[in-house]
Amino acid sequence: MRWVRRHVLTAYAVLALAYLFLPIAVVVAFSFNNPKGRFNFTWSGFTWKNWENPFAFPGIGPALRVSIELALLSSLIATVLGTLIALALVRYRFRGSATTNMLIFIPMTTPEVVMGASLLTLFVNWRIAQGFGTILIAHILFNISYVVVTVRARLVGFDRHLEEAAMDLGANEWVTFLRVTLPLIMPGILAAGLLAFALSIDDFVITYFNAGATTTFPLFVWGAARVATPPQINVIGTAIFVVAVTGMLANILFQNYRARKGAVLA
Amino acid sequence: MRLLHRQKGAIPYMLLAPGMAWLLVFFVVPMWYLAKMSLSSGLFPLFNFGWAWGNFHDAISLYKPQFVRSGQYAAIATAIALVVSYPLAYWIAFRGGRWKNLFLLLVIAPFFVTYLIRTLAWQTILSDNGVIVKTLQHVGILGSDGRLLATSAAVIAGITYNFLPFMVLPLYVSLEQVDQRLIEAAEDLYASKPRAFMRVTLPLSLPGVFAGVLLTFIPAAGDFINAQLLGTPRQYMIGNVIQSEFLAVRDYPTAAALSFVLMAAILVLVLVFARILGTERLTVSHV
Repeated sequence: MRWVRRHVLTAYAVLALAYLFLPIAVVVAFSFNNPKGRFNFTWSGFTWKNWENPFAFPGIGPALRVSIELALLSSLIATVLGTLIALALVRYRFRGSATTNMLIFIPMTTPEVVMGASLLTLFVNWRIAQGFGTILIAHILFNISYVVVTVRARLVGFDRHLEEAAMDLGANEWVTFLRVTLPLIMPGILAAGLLAFALSIDDFVITYFNAGATTTFPLFVWGAARVATPPQINVIGTAIFVVAVTGMLANILFQNYRARKGAVLA
Repeated sequence: MRLLHRQKGAIPYMLLAPGMAWLLVFFVVPMWYLAKMSLSSGLFPLFNFGWAWGNFHDAISLYKPQFVRSGQYAAIATAIALVVSYPLAYWIAFRGGRWKNLFLLLVIAPFFVTYLIRTLAWQTILSDNGVIVKTLQHVGILGSDGRLLATSAAVIAGITYNFLPFMVLPLYVSLEQVDQRLIEAAEDLYASKPRAFMRVTLPLSLPGVFAGVLLTFIPAAGDFINAQLLGTPRQYMIGNVIQSEFLAVRDYPTAAALSFVLMAAILVLVLVFARILGTERLTVSHV
């Protein structure tokens, strides 16, 4: 009976994972499709040519470039701003920390349409032309909260004795921060940066409200989907997926390796 | 000495300043402009503030079906996501062993394919010539001309799928923190496995259920992409209305009013839900 239940649960988990990957399998498979019409919805033969010319469809290359630039810049800035906030919240007691926490939390529970709309209203009121700059502002904004939450989780489980040891050995606060604190919370900061990058490169709704004439990759897909779905979309989608998953996999294997090595040393 | 003390007091504020300034200028101030806009009247691009409360009345009376539909779709999708995710999160937390992180990666990995491309893939899967529709027609669940695409079912399925990690991850975090010894203690005291689960594991994982439901329901209620790509105007949700009022019709006051009604409705539902879950937890622990 125990055996049955154990395996029922495992079978269920396998099924659930299969469900999660079903659309991804479709995306990957249809990147090799050779569609007859403009729409890539029915299978009509295998081909390599989409992968050989991923930027063959006009506009797809520049859009991807804009997306990558936005993701790099916004994740970088948001990670710096968010890490500083997390440090303040975990390390110091100060007046207004409750309000700060609230202000971090609310954007994450605001529907994307509302956040996009409010930014649009701001830019219209201030007569700021929409484009790359306004998208960047928006991406940094929604990323900050996620960075704070991720880095804070790492800081909370931090052993402060290590810092005290460094100070006892004569390091001043700044050296202690650079040589002890920062390296120890680096995995958290990196994870936050990766998350911010992923959120930025995937964002559609908030970008849609604030893009002006600028086109990101998701906006390109949206625009294209009305008149055509070139298989190159699937190629780029698959490529982003493979790069992201490889990066995360490497991170996990490295942490596992380090944990085991650490265990041996201890 | 005194100077040093004062400097220390300033450090947290210096750390906070740049990030919080960003949040103030680009989140709080825009919300204030949005509020002002919701009480304005006029035509694009000239709107005049004037306590136009009628905007709210119009917004609700004109778009009530879309509001109701958003609530229904989001609630159904959240419920299905909970049922699908809980056993999966449970399995990873209790049976994942050394590979927990790898399984978590498997859960998140599909979401590195751009949202829109994922949803377009569901368009392919649910299409009229697809395997699923053909099979359902063959078995007789769907009529011979029955379809999945362009129905409420398709939109709800899309929403359920697209926000699934928001359900799985919080559930996993709270299940992972459950102290195994408590479950063992319950079993030592002759609780059957299901009873130990109902009395120990489930109540302890309720914070995760709460967070998961919240994180799934909120984006689901505001979504418009699934209705747009997998449905028809008959499945349109309030997100579709807000989007087109802002970007196509350019009736900013109505759109702003709709945004605030959406936020208020979500807030009320969340509070009600918190209350239900809170009291339930109390009664469970008192039995």
